[in-house]
Amino acid sequence: MPERTIATFTIKRLEILDDKGNADERLMPSLEEVDIRRMYELLVLSRTFDERALNLQREGRIGTYPSIFGQEAAQVGSAYALDKSDWVFPSFRETGMYIAMGYPLPLLFQYWSGDERGLISPQGLNILPVSVSVGTHIPHAVGAAMAVRYRRDRAAVIAYFGDGASSKGDFHEGFTIAGAFRLPVVFLCQNNQWAISMPRERQTAADTLAQKALAYGFEGVQVDGNDVFAVYRATREALEKARNGGGPTFIECYTYRLSHHTTSDDASRYRSREEVEQWKRKDPIDRLELLMEKRGLLSGKDRREVKERSLEIIDAAVREAESVPPPGADEMFLNLVEKPSRRQSKQMTGMKNADV
Amino acid sequence: MPTCNMVQAINLALREEMAKDDRVLVIGEDVGMDGGVFRVTDGLLGEFGPERVVDMPLAESGIVGAAVGMALYGLRPVAEIQFMGFIYGSFDQIFSHAARMRNRSRGRFCCPMVIRTPYGSGIKAPELHEESAEAFFCHMPGIKVVVPSGPFNAKGLLVSAIRDPDPVLFLEPTRLYRLVRENVPDEEYTLPLGKARIVKEGGDVTVIAWGSMLERVVKAVEPYSADVIDLMTLSPFDEETVLESVRKTGRAVIVHEAAKTCGFGAELAATIAEEAILYLRGPVLRVTGYDVHVPLAKLVDSYLPGVDRIRKAIDEIMRY
Repeated sequence: MPERTIATFTIKRLEILDDKGNADERLMPSLEEVDIRRMYELLVLSRTFDERALNLQREGRIGTYPSIFGQEAAQVGSAYALDKSDWVFPSFRETGMYIAMGYPLPLLFQYWSGDERGLISPQGLNILPVSVSVGTHIPHAVGAAMAVRYRRDRAAVIAYFGDGASSKGDFHEGFTIAGAFRLPVVFLCQNNQWAISMPRERQTAADTLAQKALAYGFEGVQVDGNDVFAVYRATREALEKARNGGGPTFIECYTYRLSHHTTSDDASRYRSREEVEQWKRKDPIDRLELLMEKRGLLSGKDRREVKERSLEIIDAAVREAESVPPPGADEMFLNLVEKPSRRQSKQMTGMKNADV
Repeated sequence: MPTCNMVQAINLALREEMAKDDRVLVIGEDVGMDGGVFRVTDGLLGEFGPERVVDMPLAESGIVGAAVGMALYGLRPVAEIQFMGFIYGSFDQIFSHAARMRNRSRGRFCCPMVIRTPYGSGIKAPELHEESAEAFFCHMPGIKVVVPSGPFNAKGLLVSAIRDPDPVLFLEPTRLYRLVRENVPDEEYTLPLGKARIVKEGGDVTVIAWGSMLERVVKAVEPYSADVIDLMTLSPFDEETVLESVRKTGRAVIVHEAAKTCGFGAELAATIAEEAILYLRGPVLRVTGYDVHVPLAKLVDSYLPGVDRIRKAIDEIMRY
C-alpha cells in the first residue's frame, strides 16, 4: 500500500486596514461612521488609561501593572463585537477589552491599586475577574459554553489570552473539549510576540498559533491584530457562528507588546530597540487616524478633543478610585466562602482585637 | 427503607438531586455509558440524558475547569475525577480558581460545585489508584473537604455538598464502597457539613479518624473505653466536638491512612495542643501511613495503620 496524504491544511490571515490607512473595501465590515468614531474614542481612551496607569505606578499610587500599549486594536476591536451580556473570560492584560465593554474605569484603577473590590463586575456585565494564572481560565470559558448550550441561551462566550498561554496544558484540554462538543465559544489570542522574555518563535515550532485549532477540529484564523477592523470582523463572525451552532473558533491576533511585560519588567534585556521601532510603525491608532482623515471623519481638532476628553475621563476615574476608602481588614474573610468557618470567624475577631 | 451499599447511596443522592434541581449535572470520564468505573453513576445517563450526564475527554484539568465555568454560569456541576491519584492534574483549577473565585470577585461570582473522587487504598489497583491526598486540599481556603464513612452518611453529606454554595471535594473511600450495607432512606435528608459524628462514647481516650480507617478503629477500641470521633468533614473540621472529647478523656490518638508528615493529623494535634494541652495526660499520638508512597497490593497492608498499631498507640497513651 502506498503512503497517501490524508490531511493537508491552510490557514487564512485577515487584513483590512494597512499602515497607510487604506482599507480593503471588499473586506471592510459594515460599520456606521458613528461606530468608527466610537472605536477610535475607545482606542484612545484605552491608551490614555494605559499611559496614566504607568505614571501612577511610578508614583507609587498603583501596584504592578501590565501595559496594553500596542494591543489596543485587538482588545477594542474584539470587544466591540460582543454583546454586553456575553460571557468574557479575560487574562490579566485586557484593559482595552474592559473599557470597550463599558466596565467602570474607577474599578479598574481600584483593582490595580491592590483592592479586589475592583473586580466586582457590575450586574449586567458578565466579565470574570482577570486570570493571573496564565491560560488556566480557558476551560472556564469552555464550561460556561457547555452551560449556555444546556440552557439554550443565545449568549456567546469568549476567552482572552496570549501567545504564552498556547503552551499551557489548559489550552490543550480546553480546546480538546470545545472541539469535541462543538461548543459556542470564541478563543481570542493576542499573540504579542513575547511571553515576558520568551519570543514567539521559541514558544512553539508551529508557524502560526492559529493552525493549532485544526488539531482540535475547529477553525483557526490569523488576523492583523493591529487592525481594528480585521479583529472586529473576525470576532463578529466567530460569535455569530458560535450563536448559530457552528462551534468554536480560534482567532490569533498578530500584534505586539510595545511596552514591558509589566511595570516590573525591563524588556531591553531581551529584545532590540529596532524591533520595537519597527512595530511602532504599525501602531493601531495611527492607521485608524489615517483612514478617518482620508474619509473626512477626523480633523486635527477632533483628534485633540478626543484626547482631551479621554484625559478628563481618566482624571475623573482616578479621582473616584482614590476617594474610595481602603478596604477594612475583615474584607479578606468576608467573601471567602458564603459562611466563614468557626475558625475563620475566630481569626477575624482575633485580628480586630489584635490577638495572637 | 432500602438497604444500600455506599455506591448505591451516592447514586441515590445524585439521582434525587438531579431530579429535584435541573442545575445539577454530572460530568467526568466514563460517567455516562459506563456508569463510572465503580458504577457510582450507573443508570443516570438513561434517566437524565447526555446533556446532564456528560462523558468528558480524558482531561482532569479540563473537567474541573469546565465545572468551574458551569458553576460560574449558574449550574451546579458534580465532577468526577476517576481516582484521587489523578486529581493532581486539576490541582491548579481547584486551588487557583474554584476555591478562590468568590474571594477574587468579592462575591460577584462563586463556584457551587462538587468534585467527587474515589479515595484511599484497598482495591489492589496499580500505582496512583489508592491515594489519600486530603491534606493538600485542607490547606486551601475556600473549599470544603468531606469524607463519608458509610452509606447513610454518604448520601446525607453528598446532598449537602451539592447544595452548598461553595466548592466541595467529596472523597469516597473505595474500601468502603461495597463493604457494608445500611438502611438509607430514599426520602430527602441531609447531614450538615463541618459536623463530626461521635461513633462510640467512652471515658479514657479519644480516637479521631475518618473514612475507611474508622472501621478498624472501632474494632481496635473494643477492649478500651474510648470516644471514637468520625470527622466526616475535614475542612472545616468540627473543633468543638474534638476538643470537648479530648478535654473529657485527656488522651488523643489520631488515625489516618495518609503519610504522617504534614498529614491532616498534624493539624488536629496542633489544634489539641493549642486549645486543650492543659487537659492532656500524655502526648497526642498519630497512627498513620508511613512517609512513603502508597505501595502496591503486596505491601499495602504493611503500610496502612492496622488494628494492632492502633491498639499499641492506645496502650502507650494509657500508661499516662
